[in-house]
Amino acid sequence: MEERITLQVARYRPEQESKPTFEEYEVPLREEWAVLDGLNYVKDRLDGTLSYRWSCRMGICGSCGMTVNGEPVLTCAAFLSDFAPGPVRVEPLRNFPVIRDLVIEMTDFVHKLGRVKPWIVADDEAPPEGAHGEYLQTPEELEEYHQYSMCINCMLCYSACPVYGLDQSFVGPAAIALAQRYNMDSRDAGNALRMAELSGHDGVWGCTFVGECTSACPKGVDPAGAIQRYKVTAATEAAKSLLLPRAAEK
Amino acid sequence: MSTSTDPGFQARLYRPPVPRFWWARRRSYLLFILRELSSLFVAWFVAYLLVLAYAVGQSESAYQRFLDWSANPFMIALNAVALGFAVLHAVTFFQAAPQATVVRLRGRRVPPTLLAGPIFAAWVVVSGFLIWLVVLA
Amino acid sequence: MTVQHDVIIVGGGGAGLRAAIAVAETDPSLSVAVVSKVYPMRSHTVSAEGGAAGAIAADDSLDEHAYDTISGSDWLADQDAVEAFVREAPEELLRLEHWGCPWSREPDGTVAVRPFGGMRKERTWFAADKTGFHMLHTLFQTSLKFPPVTRYDEWFVSKLLVDEGRVAGVVAIELMSGRIETLLGRSVILATGGAGRVFPFTTNAAIKTGDGMALAYRAGVPLKDLEFVQYHPTGLPFTGILITEAARAEGGWLLNKDGYRYLQDYDLGQPTEQPVLRSMELGPRDRVSQAFVGEVEKGRAADSPYGPVTYLDLRHLGAKVIDTKLPFVRELCRKYEKIDPVTDLIPIRPVVHYSMGGVHTDIDGATPLPGLYAAGEVACVSINGANRLGSNSLPELLVFGARAGVAAARHAAQTEPLAGPAVEAQAADEHRRLAQDLLGRRDGTERLADIREQLQHTMEGSAGIYRDGSSLAKAAGALRELQERAGSATIDDPSRTFNTELTSALELSAMLDVAECVVHSALRREESRGAHQRTDFPARNDDKFLAHSVATRDPDGVPHVSYLPVTITRWPPGERIYGR
Repeated sequence: MEERITLQVARYRPEQESKPTFEEYEVPLREEWAVLDGLNYVKDRLDGTLSYRWSCRMGICGSCGMTVNGEPVLTCAAFLSDFAPGPVRVEPLRNFPVIRDLVIEMTDFVHKLGRVKPWIVADDEAPPEGAHGEYLQTPEELEEYHQYSMCINCMLCYSACPVYGLDQSFVGPAAIALAQRYNMDSRDAGNALRMAELSGHDGVWGCTFVGECTSACPKGVDPAGAIQRYKVTAATEAAKSLLLPRAAEK
Repeated sequence: MSTSTDPGFQARLYRPPVPRFWWARRRSYLLFILRELSSLFVAWFVAYLLVLAYAVGQSESAYQRFLDWSANPFMIALNAVALGFAVLHAVTFFQAAPQATVVRLRGRRVPPTLLAGPIFAAWVVVSGFLIWLVVLA
Repeated sequence: MTVQHDVIIVGGGGAGLRAAIAVAETDPSLSVAVVSKVYPMRSHTVSAEGGAAGAIAADDSLDEHAYDTISGSDWLADQDAVEAFVREAPEELLRLEHWGCPWSREPDGTVAVRPFGGMRKERTWFAADKTGFHMLHTLFQTSLKFPPVTRYDEWFVSKLLVDEGRVAGVVAIELMSGRIETLLGRSVILATGGAGRVFPFTTNAAIKTGDGMALAYRAGVPLKDLEFVQYHPTGLPFTGILITEAARAEGGWLLNKDGYRYLQDYDLGQPTEQPVLRSMELGPRDRVSQAFVGEVEKGRAADSPYGPVTYLDLRHLGAKVIDTKLPFVRELCRKYEKIDPVTDLIPIRPVVHYSMGGVHTDIDGATPLPGLYAAGEVACVSINGANRLGSNSLPELLVFGARAGVAAARHAAQTEPLAGPAVEAQAADEHRRLAQDLLGRRDGTERLADIREQLQHTMEGSAGIYRDGSSLAKAAGALRELQERAGSATIDDPSRTFNTELTSALELSAMLDVAECVVHSALRREESRGAHQRTDFPARNDDKFLAHSVATRDPDGVPHVSYLPVTITRWPPGERIYGR
């Protein structure tokens, strides 16, 4: 007999019910199966009505974040055998409204990414000077922001962040890390443009260094570090504009 | 152009309520809530300090009354709790500081955890000096 | 409700986003819709690892890149398209650099290039081994600064609307609400990626179900060269996760179960300590994957629970090279194989990776249907011919995404929108089909997943690395039968809200159309060329088959295959020589 494990899966069918319930499914427990493989087994063999997001199944597209036994994880990278003998409780990511079953509503998050202006703001006084027309950027300069460019937008950090949980207007870890990814890029001159968003009411000061975003991040981005570093920048700029109002305007 | 209107289903989002004891889920959440709470006690210390300064400025007897007032068990308990929160605040700050500062050694960033050591050591030394100054000297 | 845009782009991956930016830059007054069944950063471009080719090195030239691409394609690529491609690839990669793509660098700050399979010079730009990830996120983030670009995230396009011989728009479902909407547009660009999911063992993400190919095919647009399916030589067993060719470019070896570098037995050169360009492990993907089958037949592959495997050996590279150049490879091996490439051999087997064929387009991404364009893996221009070289697909989606965007913008500026009664009737039909026929189908007898699995096994059994006439003919019959059965499979889920069973049914139907075209095109091509190897016709036959196959849909739904000439400009067909 093949070993099996029980999945307790949160179901929410908005046409039928006003709040989520749990349904249990038994799936094979195989060494190489991720929680996502278990869900796919349910979908293909047991219950076609289960809805969830997934795509690359190699931890890079960021689709399949869910809450498994209380922790925010990528289900393609969390293995059933690590939860044996079970049961494994699969719920949608926390801190987001639920559309259906394991699918959360993420327009707020995507909107926030845009709000921090995540693109290169060119410095007209420093055009590209490489032989092929590229901006020169040494490996050390690349290293400055590289970590922050590794975010896959999986939203596990928002799910782990109590500040975002209590107040959805907080810009949040991934968006701040994304802003820092551009602020610290040697090709960018958009620091001032992003400041209003980052140091404003919904910006970095909402964070009190809980650190759960960094522990939840599956890609080692360290949003908590990004936020603390930006606090120093924001404080310095605020002090500058207080002491030298005209210099800061320039 | 008009085609048949299809309203579909107006997605009714489920917004999970925040459980009353959500902060008990994790140590870090508990610390977060305690830190939020700590602002009250930090504010208390500020007020306390102002009262102290005022008393010192008045007269020696006023200062003595302040000391007597401070010596009652309730005040000692309150200040002990406030001290606890202030320490929590300080520890958080000293943990965050290395994350926020980038120190480079031979072109490589020194890991924040390594930076934390000296900061805490400096804190202990300064505190030790103050204790010596105020209590022992 | 009906929405009107000037240009509608179906698909929000690399090609779609590049096209959207091109439209917005060409004519900021045009409104652009990017309609994608997933949020753009989930698109499969994100999984590309190794790099993007563009000749910039001092010792390199556009002609050499063109020659490598053309010989790699087994002379089936259109040489005018290849010339445009190699010329514009470096410009496009540079544009990405200006938009912030974190390309890996030389110590002096210039862009670094690495070797790649089938390329005779080092010309592959890379962002460690997450090149596609960084390109996609750079494109997505950059696209946010263009206000004319409206995104329809998680909208599934189910039909192209066509009237008066030109494209008029699309019908799509908003997944969150189940709302069915008609989007009218003067130009439509398909950028939906490939169809790797028609095979059971693939590097491709779940979303790569050939949707765009099927949309075009049903609208009467031919699918070109679909029989050419690329197997990547190094996939992880069970998952099919890709281990990038860059692992071999950095010096990795392929070993059989005896620890022998077996590629030397397959006319790919002699083993050397350091990698040699266009030789051994840096041979083209078709030949390296075919060598694996040879090893299995000789009994020199190792057994694994998921079939025979050979090994990729990176141990001699050391932890430092692996961590700086191939960190994702190490991460993937640890996570999904529980091994560490620094100390262990990586078990690998060839895995379906890329569709060389696709929607027939010209050099500007235009299909024969006026107003309809295609770019990226969904399209077949063709620069890839019978075998794509590694690191050509990322620059391809940039070059032809941009070209299609510019061409679609010009077309939109010159045409009036179509909104006649015929379009209205088509849209109404499609609304009815989705809302009533599909969502109401609870009386079926079969599960969608069962039919999908049978489709995949039919394809693996007939249209794999080696093929023959009789199994292809049998597969053609089996696929016909699966088409019938899919039409009456059960859809248990009646909900309008994020109904992924409905999308599975639509995807399955697309996969079946594409699979039929693959099999029919493969059956008709009685020769062996590039990735299409017929055991009953083992030689290349330029007299009869130096031609693109084009599959069009017969009235009864069966593909009809005919041929178009290949454009030869400066490189007459010759022998493909590697390693000597």
